[in-house]
Amino acid sequence: MTSPKRIGKIEFGILSPKAIRDMSVCKVIWPDTYDDDGFPYPKGLMDPSLGVIDPGLRCKTCGQKQGDCPGHFGHIDLAKPVIHVGYTRLIRKLLRVTCRDCGRLLLDKEEIERFSALEDDPYSAETIGEKDIKKERICPYCGDQQFKINFEKPTSFVEIVTEMGEDGKVHKSERKLTSADIRERLEKIPDDDLRLLGIDPEVARPEWTVLTVLPVPPVTVRPSIILENGQRSEDDLTHKLVDIIRINQRFKENQDAGAPQLIIEDLWELLQYHVTTYLDNEVAGCPPARHRSGRPLKTLSQRLKGKDGRFRGSLSGKRVNFSARTVISPDPNLSIGEVGIPLAIANEMSVPVRVTKQNLEDMRVLIRIGPHRPTLRDPCGANYVNRPDGRRIRLIAGEEGNCDTVAEMIEPGWKIDRQLRDGDIVLFNRQPSLHRMSIMSHHIKVMNGRTFRLNPAVCPPYNADFDGDEMNLHVPQTEEARAEAELLVAVQENILSPRFGGPIIGGLHDHISGIFLLTNQLKWYTKSEFLYLLKYTEMEHLPEPGKVENGIPYWSNKQAFSMILPKDVNMFYKATCCRNCDPCTKNTFCPNDAFVRIVDGELISGTIDKKSVGAMDGAILNRIIRLHGTQRAKEYIDDLTKLSIRAIMLYGFSYGINDTDLGKEEYKQIRDVLDTAERDVANRINIFEQGHLEPMPGRTPEETLEMQVMKELGKARDRTGDIASRHLGFENSAVVMAVSGARGSMLNIAQMAGCIGQQAVRGERIVRGYEDRTLPHFKRGDKGADAHGFVRNSYKSGLNPTEFFFHAIGGREGLVDTAVRTSQSGYLQRRMINALQDLKVAYDGTVRSTGGKIIQFVYGEDGTDPAKSASGLPVDVKGIAESVLKEEI
Amino acid sequence: MTRLNVLLHEMVPDHQIMTDEDVKNLLVTFDITEDHLPKIYHDDPAVKACGAKPGNVIMIVRKSQTAGEATSYRLVVRRPKK
Ligand SMILES: [Mg+2]
Ligand SMILES: [Zn+2]
Ligand SMILES: [Zn+2]
Ligand SMILES: [Zn+2]
Repeated sequence: MTSPKRIGKIEFGILSPKAIRDMSVCKVIWPDTYDDDGFPYPKGLMDPSLGVIDPGLRCKTCGQKQGDCPGHFGHIDLAKPVIHVGYTRLIRKLLRVTCRDCGRLLLDKEEIERFSALEDDPYSAETIGEKDIKKERICPYCGDQQFKINFEKPTSFVEIVTEMGEDGKVHKSERKLTSADIRERLEKIPDDDLRLLGIDPEVARPEWTVLTVLPVPPVTVRPSIILENGQRSEDDLTHKLVDIIRINQRFKENQDAGAPQLIIEDLWELLQYHVTTYLDNEVAGCPPARHRSGRPLKTLSQRLKGKDGRFRGSLSGKRVNFSARTVISPDPNLSIGEVGIPLAIANEMSVPVRVTKQNLEDMRVLIRIGPHRPTLRDPCGANYVNRPDGRRIRLIAGEEGNCDTVAEMIEPGWKIDRQLRDGDIVLFNRQPSLHRMSIMSHHIKVMNGRTFRLNPAVCPPYNADFDGDEMNLHVPQTEEARAEAELLVAVQENILSPRFGGPIIGGLHDHISGIFLLTNQLKWYTKSEFLYLLKYTEMEHLPEPGKVENGIPYWSNKQAFSMILPKDVNMFYKATCCRNCDPCTKNTFCPNDAFVRIVDGELISGTIDKKSVGAMDGAILNRIIRLHGTQRAKEYIDDLTKLSIRAIMLYGFSYGINDTDLGKEEYKQIRDVLDTAERDVANRINIFEQGHLEPMPGRTPEETLEMQVMKELGKARDRTGDIASRHLGFENSAVVMAVSGARGSMLNIAQMAGCIGQQAVRGERIVRGYEDRTLPHFKRGDKGADAHGFVRNSYKSGLNPTEFFFHAIGGREGLVDTAVRTSQSGYLQRRMINALQDLKVAYDGTVRSTGGKIIQFVYGEDGTDPAKSASGLPVDVKGIAESVLKEEI
Repeated sequence: MTRLNVLLHEMVPDHQIMTDEDVKNLLVTFDITEDHLPKIYHDDPAVKACGAKPGNVIMIVRKSQTAGEATSYRLVVRRPKK
């Protein structure tokens, strides 16, 4: 292997007419491609010297066959020069900063001094820009008056000539500069002046930006394809070149015949248009050239630009074999480290297995089975056999097949492509792949059906749900890849997120509700109930019953949860359901059972909820990983999800419309609260209108009123919420979900049962709409609660038309915000990843780019892997102290 | 006109010009050449304030959220043309 070379510099220049002619092998003059017999016209666009695209033929220039011949450029001599659209900005700048007569830079010697280059590096000079030169000044060299030059998209330049008339008045007239005029001016700019402008005249004389000769790309760049009906279809570039040559010819004929100036100008403009669209078909101010079907042509610039362009589409884009994609669906019976894959996919995909002396017979069995595996119970077979000489034999099942013959042929050194079977490791991915947990490895389980199955607990890292999401799967093909997949990419190795140093995998909604129902307050179960709960968890024997009553043994709910904990966990903390009672009773008795105490793996008191098991929370999971490693953590999650689902099934969990109902008394209270609030608001408006409102410091009376009204109505809404939640207890599923942190909040419940409250746009009451009012339903200038978006009703009682409209306004703001945020953060993410993608931590702890440049002298300044840290800290002091002292610190 | 010395501002970390000896040791420690170092422009306010010229290496000691104090080194270079 050759050693890598360092790139010293890259020089960008412009092709000179001479260079174009020198590299050309053919002057193209005919607009036609192939004649009726299918032979290319000589000197036409498909001239055989431009390269070969037909297999079997040889190149007229280099004599090589198709595939070996790189193709060769031709050229077209243009009847008159035309501007290259890509350089219009440069041309504009040069026309503005140089003299229209002598071509010198419009700066005198002293002014130039200020921009002068460093002695050793002529190109490190501060380049001179348009802004450095005053408009319409006089040339310091020849004294010629300069004029303003306007650029009109896409390619025309107009000079505004101001002249002193005989009557002493200033006359302004516009003069269009032809491409020939422009070229002439650019030719006059001296080399030394160009250097000051940051242009190297050796490789980029400015007049070369005005084309006199056009290179014709080789046919290999624009191959014609033969359609099914035998017709030839030419590439878009060829179509465009045909247009250019056709107009160019007509132009020449008219010129030779001495046609009137008007016709010449028209043709010139047409030639300019065709050359412009040939280079870039999406120029502003220029209608795109279209195919007969109306489709815009894909010309040179379009081939490079954008997502499907040469750079992002062909060069950075990678596609792979051994991958599968389908819809995902949940299966809580799988482990988090597993993925269920359809039989059809398992049959199609394979892993290469080396044939050795030891496994020769096993391999023969696989080959004899061949590619046919009709049901899950059938053993897996093989799809291909690869001989050491590189030949590949496809296995064909059945009577006519070759399986038995091939099975006899194999010997050590061969490789066979074995179908996937249970336990094979695969990479599983969901786009957008925003963090490293977006690709994790799972062990497969072949299943019936047509979807990928995964445990819902691994949804958070993938950000997946089951509303039609699809995911991709890749099968590693080498031993190294499989080893890395197992050791680095496995699900359990990614439970701790490097983003915040805590677990990102954990219980979802139902798991949290279920475990809350199970563990809240002390409950007792009979043996059959206890076994029902723990049926699917790993349990070896029943613990001692917590109590025996009338000779019947009972086990507590806390004992049930303790069954899935390792025996050395000691933790003390407040659960999500803690209501911050004052003073906190801590180790004694909490009325909400919100203080969790785990001693030696026994849950003594407290409720297990979001804080303990939730994804992105998971305090217990975090501790288990630190104590026992990732494998035990995986088992814990599997047990936890199964236990919690059993628990929620034991109690039942549902919600209906009447669960939002309150009692007569509550409705009266809510009505009173809202009436009082509205009356209060009306009062304040009254005071304001009489001019008696005392403004708050730094605020106008209007602002003061708005703030008071918002505050008043907000308070009223909160009070209705309090009234509603007083009536609703743990028999209400929404309350269970809100308190345990599974889903929703008490505010959501208040809005369903009590009052929806004030709708806001940008944190203020709704004010926009009609003149002096939000809707025609209100009087002008009405400042009342209902006129500015206060929704008195609840979701249960239903909104009236004006309330509904205000609610839609308020809701829209949220939607717009999320839409804008996602697109902005997506672009930011893309740029960050592009900047950081090749960085790595070197063995000396520095962060370096591929070129060896140092980005950070110590990774993260402290050299700590955030995924191995304790929520960002290097040592989990509290955890260690708790483990040793076995009490709260 | 008295100009503000940016180095005295509490938000600006400590910038020190390194001696040739220290630079040599630095390059040996990390097994690099000067162009592998992070760069800082010659017209950076902190560089101007501490009087460094292109070619100097500056040691910057700043407070760090994760490590308490973090040291980095930057090579002073001329700001390239636009
Ligand atoms: Mg979805
Ligand atoms: Zn050739
Ligand atoms: Zn002049
Ligand atoms: Zn409490």
